[in-house]
Amino acid sequence: MRHCTRIAVGPVQFRIGSDWAAPIAALKTLYAGYPRDDARPADATVRLFAARPWRRWLRPSVHIGGDYIVPDALPLPLSMGLLAAEMGMNLQVALGWRRHMLLHASAVTKDGRAVILSGESGSGKSTLAALLGEGEWRLMGDEFILIDPQSGGALGFPRAVSLKNEAIAEVEARVDAARFGPLLAGTPKGDIRHLIPRADTIAAMHELARPALLLFPRFGGAPSIERIGEGEAFVRLTEASTNYVALGEAGFAAMTRLVRETPAFTISYPDSASGMAIVEQLWAEAVR
Amino acid sequence: MSAVEALVDLLAGRRDPGSLAPRDWDGVISVARAEALLATLACRLEDAVLPPSVAALFADQRAAAAVGQAQALWEAEMARRSLDPAGVEFVLLKGTAYAAAGLACAAGRQIGDLDILVPWHDLGRAENLALIDGWEWLKQDDYDDAYYRDHMHELPPLIHKDRDRMIDVHHTILPRTHRITPDALALVGDAIRTPGGFRVLNPADMACHCAAHMLADGDLQGGLRNLWDFHRLTAEFAAADRGFWGKLDARAEMHGLEKPVHRAARLARDLYGAKLPSGWNRIKPGDERYQRRLLARDDWGRATDPLLQQIFYIRSHWLRMPPLMLARHLWTKWRKGRAAI
Repeated sequence: MRHCTRIAVGPVQFRIGSDWAAPIAALKTLYAGYPRDDARPADATVRLFAARPWRRWLRPSVHIGGDYIVPDALPLPLSMGLLAAEMGMNLQVALGWRRHMLLHASAVTKDGRAVILSGESGSGKSTLAALLGEGEWRLMGDEFILIDPQSGGALGFPRAVSLKNEAIAEVEARVDAARFGPLLAGTPKGDIRHLIPRADTIAAMHELARPALLLFPRFGGAPSIERIGEGEAFVRLTEASTNYVALGEAGFAAMTRLVRETPAFTISYPDSASGMAIVEQLWAEAVR
Repeated sequence: MSAVEALVDLLAGRRDPGSLAPRDWDGVISVARAEALLATLACRLEDAVLPPSVAALFADQRAAAAVGQAQALWEAEMARRSLDPAGVEFVLLKGTAYAAAGLACAAGRQIGDLDILVPWHDLGRAENLALIDGWEWLKQDDYDDAYYRDHMHELPPLIHKDRDRMIDVHHTILPRTHRITPDALALVGDAIRTPGGFRVLNPADMACHCAAHMLADGDLQGGLRNLWDFHRLTAEFAAADRGFWGKLDARAEMHGLEKPVHRAARLARDLYGAKLPSGWNRIKPGDERYQRRLLARDDWGRATDPLLQQIFYIRSHWLRMPPLMLARHLWTKWRKGRAAI
């Protein structure tokens, strides 16, 4: 394709091609601090393309393609090319990756132990992890957490954090402006701004952490903590995994081990400060 | 050399994987994925020296293919538990059959739906049993449903409500309205048993079906994979039985499939280096177009040559039904497409 770059996030080497220069330039800026190995073959290919040649210039709209595609996915305007690239990369991992069990989750780590936050979009898992990751914790990722079937350890996938709507201002207030991508206003997912993870996150992206806590956050409502059983955690996580079924027995073994060895809680919180306090409280009890 | 040619050469064993530059693998992996051949390639190159990240990816693919085959065979077992007690005899087709029979082409082969063949007179019972045991109609409109029942070689697709897996229940191997009408009763009657107790087509019929599926039924999408199946099947059968090619000839003639079977053999020779006996080893000018269609992918895994694709698409419909019926079918589809807008 006309424009192209390579990005390594966690264990996945991406090749991203585009009919336009702008999305590739934006990716290069956002991922400038990531290690580059241009000689390493790509595990996954993403293509950003115009459905018709003239749509490169005339009302340019970006279709998301690659090794795996979602049929009938709607294209995005060129100004949201960065979001298209992100969606394309997520898609390749969600549908194609088999080395680990994938959890749609965010996570932070300390002392080799991981706190995994799983929830729907809007549960606040990205924001909580991003904010914790600016403090004493190291961010592991805000989209996928990869569970190694052999060791049971968690591996991060620290792509640029995708902050949405109110979370943007909240994180902007605490983080150096140089670590933000451009504001993508009015996307199908609302306003989006990417946060470049801290250097320590990127440097440690191949380190496994042992899961210490499984949290299912819900943003809004009075602060509450509720312990849940292995069975419920199991069911919730199978719903949060894109490749649990495809992994067969290995997936079942990894999932059973994860919920047996890791205490799980649902938490509700009215604001980020109380959410972070709950995580710290549960952490203190879990590692005690 | 393009990525798709590199892929074909690697599968054929004509090319040393060590001769690929690291970045050449990008295209090979993308094209292999697009052609559903990545795990097949991974099995083919299991003992080769590869760049570490490629070796790791290929190991993932082999493991995933093994899980996929276990799941596909489990679906076959589910069909057996549903149909066998009622005495409905069914024959496994395509990927699940290759895996059940332990054939070489099953190594790394991706298996999608469960395809089975039942005798025409048992079709209604097979459908009822499937519905009782948890398979459901995939939601579709009345026209499509009627179209399947009146003109196709299979029931409208069924999906299992718990396991989310599709089953295609065939009563023959080409659409009823197709210009070629294979002898479906002979296919079922002469099927053989695998050690695991499943029925599969006998070797010559299996190769006939593979060629018919690739060259007489569709528009050659995924053709490289089907051709690989054909190549590995015929090579394995010929190695076990010196008379195989002769039997294949006789059986293809009986089914009216001698043209597609011979063309598949020539394409397997030209692309994968298949060794053919003298009666088969011909040169046909038309083959070149098929080869171009099979290789129509660029290094990003994208389909190329849209005009040629279109020609093959039209051809597939032309073979499937008589002209007047085709016109009516396309008219209905077009009106439906417009109504949806």
